[in-house]
Amino acid sequence: MAVGLDSGKKIGGVVLGLEGITLSFGGVQALQDVSFDVREHEVRAIIGPNGAGKSSMLNVMNGFYQPQQGVIRFRGREHCWMRPHAAAAMGIARTFQNIALFKGMTVLDNIMVGRNLKMRCNFLLQALRLGPAMREEIEHRRAAEEIIDFLEIQHIRRTPVGRLPYGLQKRVELARALAMEPAVLLLDEPMAGMNLEEKQDMCRFVLEVNDHYGTTVVLIEHDMGVVMDISDRVVVLDYGRKISDGTPDEVRSDQAVIDAYLGVAH
Amino acid sequence: MMHLLYSIFVDPFVQMGAAPDLLVQTLWDGLVSGVLYALIALGFVLIFKASGVFNFAQGIMVVFAALTLVGLAEHGVPAYVALALTIVVMLVLAVGVERLILRPLVDQPEIILFMATFGLTYFLIGLGELIFGGDPKVMIAGQLGLPSGSYRITMAGGYVQLQKIDIAAAIIASLMVAGLGILFNRTRIGRALRAVADSHRAALSVGISLEQIWVIVWFAAGVVALATGIMWGARSDVSFALETIALKALPVLILGGFTSIPGAIVGGLLVSVRQKVGEFYWGSLVGGGIESWFAYVIALVFLLFRPQGLFGERIIERL
Repeated sequence: MAVGLDSGKKIGGVVLGLEGITLSFGGVQALQDVSFDVREHEVRAIIGPNGAGKSSMLNVMNGFYQPQQGVIRFRGREHCWMRPHAAAAMGIARTFQNIALFKGMTVLDNIMVGRNLKMRCNFLLQALRLGPAMREEIEHRRAAEEIIDFLEIQHIRRTPVGRLPYGLQKRVELARALAMEPAVLLLDEPMAGMNLEEKQDMCRFVLEVNDHYGTTVVLIEHDMGVVMDISDRVVVLDYGRKISDGTPDEVRSDQAVIDAYLGVAH
Repeated sequence: MMHLLYSIFVDPFVQMGAAPDLLVQTLWDGLVSGVLYALIALGFVLIFKASGVFNFAQGIMVVFAALTLVGLAEHGVPAYVALALTIVVMLVLAVGVERLILRPLVDQPEIILFMATFGLTYFLIGLGELIFGGDPKVMIAGQLGLPSGSYRITMAGGYVQLQKIDIAAAIIASLMVAGLGILFNRTRIGRALRAVADSHRAALSVGISLEQIWVIVWFAAGVVALATGIMWGARSDVSFALETIALKALPVLILGGFTSIPGAIVGGLLVSVRQKVGEFYWGSLVGGGIESWFAYVIALVFLLFRPQGLFGERIIERL
């Protein structure tokens, strides 16, 4: 059953569901009984003040953190927790708040690493450069070039990533995540620390990825203007609890959200 | 004063010209022991590249592998079966290290992992002595089909002696390096390995299993250790004293760069040749015995002027 929330966009059924997620580190409660779902093809934002547990939530989704309680339901299968490389294999890609790239490698190599999981050829075939391995390599290289064109980073293809300015590094990180052809793309503050022009570019790319590839996007973002513009639905966290969930308009007018952001006494 | 300058800058070269056979012999000796240094350094580089850990236990892994091989042979296992079994033991060791040391310590600072490899060193020393005893053993080089004896080449009024075992060592080392080079540069395992070396978090997020990569590199380092143990054991004997050769690989690593496989090779050869030539022609100036510390002096100079080594990756930090 497809529900159209946005003009012409088809939002599908629930692809990723989180139920009663509770996560603590020693005595610190990072997440308490948080439940929400992500529908296919939507842009889902997680917002909240600093320390609300947004990044922890993303880390639970791709298995960097293992929650003490709760269930993660991904494409109909239930998991108590994910494991990072298994999550990646199931189609969850992500970027990081403070960028995690392979700095010594070129942009192209970074993107090719993103396609590692898709390569099927035996390493012996690859080592000997036999026919099937060569064909596979060429095919993946073509896919990588397509993403490079899509994100307009042709000019830095051969540059080691460590030398690039921050804004471009963020874009390369997105490219690497896209190279995995993910079902769900987790973006941790994709526009943090960018200037206005870079932010606009990044917004455009996120929307185009969502539109062009139909990728489901879950993103954390501090810039309210951005969040309200590009998301279909927003979940609001505060002190590790969910305090609101709905369309941008609903969330904006929710008294609990206004209180959390303005710092009214709890 | 004049005499000192003469004995530094003139006399050694006069000697080299007067007896070219001796020079060639010294260079050859340097190169062949360089191959062994290079093999040890290679073991370090593999693990350092993939996990950023300086594996202090590489030296004891050499001893442990050699002891296992010889110990099995002493119990009547045929040489080639013993070799295969020892490779299996190194695989078990790699899996054990990953499960019991690396996995629980994931995301810990590198110094913690470094200390853990100290622990591994003493564990392996204890285990090795428990199973095989502390007595030196003789490497089963002959049974493994390694040649003995030497070639004698006459030249310039003298002769140069080439041990066959050294030639075999050089060939085996070259094959191993070529194999590893192809594995790491051409295959997706190699790409994954370089990715893990760069960032654990990012590698995990693109679906690379750290566990798998660590087992692969520790196993590869174990096989390299076994080859080193066989070659080194064939020249002396197999005892725990071999463990300290790990420290001899340090200057090689500094010279070649911690992250470069070709660096380990070239570094090993350079360090060793300079040691031998330095000892032979200049050593008498300071009363001889410079072979044991000359390499560290070279390493120190490199640390001052080229800290990334000859082939290491320059670390570019944006501020």
